[in-house]
Amino acid sequence: MLVFIIRRSLQSVVVLFAMSLLVFVGVYAIGNPIDILINPQADQIDRERAIAALGLDKPLWSQYLTFLTGALSGNLGRSFVHSTPALGLILERMPATMELALTAMLFAIVLGIPLGLWAGLKPNGIAGRMIMTGSILGFSLPTFWVGLMLIMVFSVELGWLPSNGRGPTVLLFGLVPVSFLSVEGWRHLLMPATNLALFNVALLIRLTRSGAHEALLQDYVKFARAKGLTNARIIGVHVLRNILIPVVTVIGLQFGALIAFAIVTESVFAWPGMGKLLIDSIGVLDRPVIVAYLLVIVTIFIVINLIVDVLYSALDPRVRLTELKG
Amino acid sequence: MSVPLLAVDGLCTHFFTKAGVVKAVDGVSFTVARGEVLGLVGESGSGKSMTGYSIMGLVDPPGRIVSGVVELNGRDLSALSAEDMRQLRGNRIAMIFQDPMMTLNPVLRIDVQMVETIRAHQRVGRAAALERSRAALVQVGIPSPDERLQAYPHQFSGGMRQRVAIAIALLNNPDLIIADEPTTALDVTIQGQILFEMQKLTRETGAAMIWITHDLSVVAGLADRVCVMYAGRIVEEGTTFDVLTHPWHPYTQGLLDSVPARGARGTRLSQIPGMTPSVQDLPPGCAFRERCGYATDECTVNPAMRDRGVDGRGVRCFHPLRAGTAA
Repeated sequence: MLVFIIRRSLQSVVVLFAMSLLVFVGVYAIGNPIDILINPQADQIDRERAIAALGLDKPLWSQYLTFLTGALSGNLGRSFVHSTPALGLILERMPATMELALTAMLFAIVLGIPLGLWAGLKPNGIAGRMIMTGSILGFSLPTFWVGLMLIMVFSVELGWLPSNGRGPTVLLFGLVPVSFLSVEGWRHLLMPATNLALFNVALLIRLTRSGAHEALLQDYVKFARAKGLTNARIIGVHVLRNILIPVVTVIGLQFGALIAFAIVTESVFAWPGMGKLLIDSIGVLDRPVIVAYLLVIVTIFIVINLIVDVLYSALDPRVRLTELKG
Repeated sequence: MSVPLLAVDGLCTHFFTKAGVVKAVDGVSFTVARGEVLGLVGESGSGKSMTGYSIMGLVDPPGRIVSGVVELNGRDLSALSAEDMRQLRGNRIAMIFQDPMMTLNPVLRIDVQMVETIRAHQRVGRAAALERSRAALVQVGIPSPDERLQAYPHQFSGGMRQRVAIAIALLNNPDLIIADEPTTALDVTIQGQILFEMQKLTRETGAAMIWITHDLSVVAGLADRVCVMYAGRIVEEGTTFDVLTHPWHPYTQGLLDSVPARGARGTRLSQIPGMTPSVQDLPPGCAFRERCGYATDECTVNPAMRDRGVDGRGVRCFHPLRAGTAA
């Protein structure tokens, strides 16, 4: 276990390094931030001075080296626009995105797994068919459109829920601002979280259904029935434990995706999260923030994958962590 | 004669598929006495496993028991509610399956899978259930049972897994064990051990057993009586000795002839001509008639089971191979 985690951490460093190089070069190629950042009326001397101040006068390899030495000591550069550390800027926005993604994932799990089980156990029933048809909608409707429709119906027409922002936040552990501790916060959270969850609800329904469908044909289910176990135990323990293995993988991967790509939902609902920060930063070519954001996301993916692998070994005794590669 | 432990009478289990009705079990009748071992012999698809599932009430849609009576201790099982039937399964009737690699749940520990079997039927504390599970493992000859209880199925060999499955079947001291080819997937030495073990255990516990197999040599050493099944019907029954030494039905004879024998070394192994008919579009009459050397026009009518009586010997044939039994 320990060996596994150490090896995985070393691999992560390599991944982060490769990622930083790619991102740095990629962002460099997009365009010159000077054209956007500096007042067009500024004279040549001011211009030169600003370029030098941002370190943009040096060649690319030198800029990357500066970034890398900074990164090793936890400094991912200063935002061109805000003149504050890029990492701090991101971490400041992170709770909002995390809260949104976690709530969305929770919705997806609480709805997706039971509905998928139901559809898998009664594939020919009316409810089962309706669930499966519904899941196709969840898959195919574009997120931004559903978001707009939600706002149209619940904010504009019915006036039940606010259409943007996080609402009032409460400090959790006196440190992290969150919305879910107040009723007003929930009113703000409900629509964006539902919007973000929709795709994953559909995904989990399909995954759970096919898993249940397959598991029910296995001999161990027949044997469990021959042992005289109750249906609740057969489904709740024997079937579910086996289905959970692929489901946990997908939940892990999708959770990373939720955090990274909450951008659309955050834009539609003006949710003050990391995604919105990224969009704004790309708009003004704020290189350090873009690079720092992508590195943070990569780190989150790495951590989630590690957790999934550890969960794997807990769920499936045949998996031993020392044998897992990469 | 007293009430038999299990009486199956005219059992029909049909599958209603899109392609038509499949008569997997078609009018099967037999009885099993207390402590008796009945061999149910037949080729793949002859309906022997489905007979077992029907007794257990484990026939899945589109299959359904269409008619017939299954009585355990004189109690009609078809009249039982689903919950009563569940209480019976794994308690009074236990079942062991063919492939031990598949029957144990791969992600649950052995102790979990054993304890739940006890607790599904009796109000017993966890510790007591665990103690009984341990005893059951000892009973089937599994060394260091305490360690083994903590293990997962993948840490056992095939033979050991089948022993665990047998231990689970024995947990609630069932009256009847239905063993669906439990040694088929094992290699021959292990097969011998398991057979010996099962024989010993049924004698010790007084449980009756239905041993479903296609292997006549297994039945020869194990069963008291044999029923030979063909295309969903029992075509011959009797004591193991009678059926194997003096078969009446041409099909049984054919089966016996296709077993390699020591005395016939070097000669061509005889086989039954033709193929097992699909039970889906079975022609009326004797199902075996198209492969049978003795068939006449008479055989287009399904023969009834005849000659039940002495030793429960019976055959479903117009032209039995016994001298003096004229049609």
